[in-house]
Amino acid sequence: MKAHWLTLVTFFPLLGGLALLFVSSAARETLRRLALAISLLELALSLPLFFWFDSAQRGMQFLERHQWMQSPPILYQLGMDGLSLVLVLLTTFLMPLSVLASWSIERRVKEFFFMLLVLQTGMIGVFLALDLFLFYVFWEVMLIPMYFLIGVWGHERRLYAAIKFILYTMAGSLLMLIAIIWLYLATGTFDLFEIQHVLRTPGVLLDPRTELLLFGAFFLAFAIKVPLFPFHTWLPDAHVEAPTAGSVILAGVLLKMGAYGLLRFCLPLFPRASQEMVPLISLLALISIIYGALVSMVQPDMKKLIAYSSVSHMGFVVLGIMAMNEVAVQGAIVIMVAHGLSTGALFLIAGMLYDRRHTHLISEFGGLATPLPVLSAFLLFASLASLGLPPLVNWVGEFMVLIGVFRSNTNYAVVAALGVVLAAIYMLWMYQRVVFGEVKNEANRSLSDLGRRELTILVPLAVMIILLGLFSPLLTERTQNTVRTILLQSESPYYEVAQSPDEPEAQR
Amino acid sequence: MMSPQDMLRILPELVLVAFGIVVMVAEAFLPAGRKHVTGPIALLGSLVALAATVVQAANPGYAFGRLIRVDSLSVFLHFLLLVIAALTILASMRYLERSRLSPGEFYALVLFATVGMGIMASANELVLIFLGLETSSLASYVLVGFRRAEPQSNEAALKYFLLGSFATAFLLYGIALLFGATGTTLLPEIAEELRADGSGFALALAGMALLFVGLGFKVAAAPFQVWTPDVYEGAPTPVTAFLSTGPKAATFAVLLRILFVALEPANGTWFWLLWVVAALTMFVGNFGALVQTSVKRMLAYSSIAHAGYILVAFAARNEVGIAAVLFYLVAYALMKLGAFSLVSHISASEADHSLDLYAGLHGRRPALAACLTVFLLSLIGIPLTAGFLGKFYIFRAAIHAGLIWLVVLGVANSLLSAPYYLRVIRTMYMSEPKGELAIAPVPASLAFVLTLTALGTIYLGIFPDAVQQFAASSVLSLTLP
Repeated sequence: MKAHWLTLVTFFPLLGGLALLFVSSAARETLRRLALAISLLELALSLPLFFWFDSAQRGMQFLERHQWMQSPPILYQLGMDGLSLVLVLLTTFLMPLSVLASWSIERRVKEFFFMLLVLQTGMIGVFLALDLFLFYVFWEVMLIPMYFLIGVWGHERRLYAAIKFILYTMAGSLLMLIAIIWLYLATGTFDLFEIQHVLRTPGVLLDPRTELLLFGAFFLAFAIKVPLFPFHTWLPDAHVEAPTAGSVILAGVLLKMGAYGLLRFCLPLFPRASQEMVPLISLLALISIIYGALVSMVQPDMKKLIAYSSVSHMGFVVLGIMAMNEVAVQGAIVIMVAHGLSTGALFLIAGMLYDRRHTHLISEFGGLATPLPVLSAFLLFASLASLGLPPLVNWVGEFMVLIGVFRSNTNYAVVAALGVVLAAIYMLWMYQRVVFGEVKNEANRSLSDLGRRELTILVPLAVMIILLGLFSPLLTERTQNTVRTILLQSESPYYEVAQSPDEPEAQR
Repeated sequence: MMSPQDMLRILPELVLVAFGIVVMVAEAFLPAGRKHVTGPIALLGSLVALAATVVQAANPGYAFGRLIRVDSLSVFLHFLLLVIAALTILASMRYLERSRLSPGEFYALVLFATVGMGIMASANELVLIFLGLETSSLASYVLVGFRRAEPQSNEAALKYFLLGSFATAFLLYGIALLFGATGTTLLPEIAEELRADGSGFALALAGMALLFVGLGFKVAAAPFQVWTPDVYEGAPTPVTAFLSTGPKAATFAVLLRILFVALEPANGTWFWLLWVVAALTMFVGNFGALVQTSVKRMLAYSSIAHAGYILVAFAARNEVGIAAVLFYLVAYALMKLGAFSLVSHISASEADHSLDLYAGLHGRRPALAACLTVFLLSLIGIPLTAGFLGKFYIFRAAIHAGLIWLVVLGVANSLLSAPYYLRVIRTMYMSEPKGELAIAPVPASLAFVLTLTALGTIYLGIFPDAVQQFAASSVLSLTLP
């Protein structure tokens, strides 16, 4: 059973979603509960991986490998290392919370949860696929449920946001498809292990120009997803217009795919091009950090503010990755998780406010501490987490990134640190305007505080944010070897890493 | 000269002709209320012809001297063309009843057109190619104008006929020039002559250009695509489904044989021709489709764009490219047949195919909306559909041939096409229905066609191996002596 566990974890949500289709659309409460049960079961299925995972091992674990198509040879190959472990768990953890947060959805409940569960299969597949074709399939198929989630259950400008989201991401991924085919023609395989192996064989090295072009095609797809300035313009629209669950998944998981792609594909496959592009990408990351923070500051809309803060935080992630040292990359991974949790929490709280007032405008609120003390407390906690207050998990990540970046380039670290300061300003200012002062708007006076369901959503998030902040080795221990492997691969094109599936130590 | 073996090698055509005649005679003698029996007869005809293709496949080789060539390629296309014919017949049954068109003639014409296309698929000689093309074209002209009482249908038929005859004239000129240059009309011999001495080469190139005009017209390649939107829109929708898949597939088969067998020595020249035409066709089709408000017309433009993608594979000039053409023809037939059949059902009359009809279709007819979504996603090229793999194979072949820029244009076109396909999906799922729009219950025959094409589209997108291998073996047979 263990040998097929990854398949089970990947496709269980899809099966659950298909099962939902057989329930009558009128039985909304049943549908919600079923969806919750499926997502909780999925979480339970993914948890054993955390314990079975052997941190001491290098390379992929729980490998699964079958022939899928013959010509060209395409594999159904799944595997997990520390990086994918962390991201899969983040996905399965956020999903039940997203389902709970969608309780207030009354329209087309069945389709909503179906799309959400299909999306989950796509996301997990992206993190586990170790065949470039398979990866592309998951990467691209995932767009469709997200398109529906935004387009059907979104807010006023949902149609515009949905089409913008899908076109931007497709633009990037189609170029990546060309690069994938090119790599196949150069190496004769889509198997990630094989490609790495072949590319490292002296004599078949890609010439620098080709490598740079291929790197560029992959990078563009990932940069759009991250999103890195100047490819970020789809994000605020998608975030603002998506239903709460969509925003949580977008911020929590989808953005991580870009960073994941950089670590999994860009650095190991194109080491020289990656090294060459460090200054440019770091510059874009720095611009994202500062620009995202500055734009956040002037947003009148809560969701938009959180969206732009994501641009800023993801800038940190990319900056950390491109610093290419262990501390920085580890920090980047920690931020990925932290951002998923804290931004998820912020979007959820914004959603809860929306459920009460049907607006995201900051100016509509004010003095919420009086009617909504518990919600205000959670908002404070999430804001503090997001701006990087010690000892919460975001702080751990940002601190590690800054240390790592400082080692590789002091100037970058100085500019990036500025981003941390700006984060404090826009988060706290938002908090102040929403929570402090007198209740100015009469509509806010009689709001009811968090219910049991809402507490069930926020408490686990808060617990995780504290827990991972205090015990960050829970994460870093598991990603350490992965990070070292990736860094070794991206150091020298000739370095041979024992990562092919034929190596006995990689087998489990 | 004529041997029983020869007869076996054209058995599908013989069967189709026989059934076509039976259908026509039956139409005349059946009482007025019973004329729809001709539908099942015609369907049976196409199925028997499918069985005959198996017999044909067991007897590969030349027939009638070397006029007919039964090889893996011709068998592949026979299967495809006959399935297209069968599905067209199934999908038109209710349509004909509803529009009060005489069914017997209709089915007979579909069968005769298929005969012509079958001949094109196995013709090894230019004059026979011409005959096959004319047989299928004449039947098509009539089919397009089948709604006699409608001016729109008449206009479409006349346009198709006039421009089609013009194109055929080009084709004939091309054949004449090639014959003049090489002294033969047999495809392999043309290649031998061209290789042997270069004296007639310039003349042959002129012939090739004219030939290409004629065939380019039939596959709706730019700049010979002008007729397509009007004809596709004016024709009865099941005919549009048939036209956009059958004759196109047969003509592409002819193009394969002419370019890769007869004119193989000149491939350095026609390569550039195809490169430019492919790029132009994709852009013309997609830009045209972007601004359409009628779903039928949008699909017509999208047919042009898809011909462009197929031509990209031609320009690749390699074996994987030819296999990609064949795979794409199957994928394309599935999604286009499905999409057009569905469109013909949604619209109560041919006068209105506007997007408004699809508003909120999801709420009213979830199954129809889901099927159309599958077709549209496949047409965009989203993974796990046949359309994606088709494009994937084409792009792979083209990158293999070093045509990076053409692939970049192809990819750009995929992106360009996404908005108009998504617009239909958006309307179905994200808009409220405008007023009361009744949709008739889906008849079993159409339900079968839609289920088959939708499932086929997905199945082929996940398990392409069988079709892919058949296509690959057809490629090998193409160049064998």
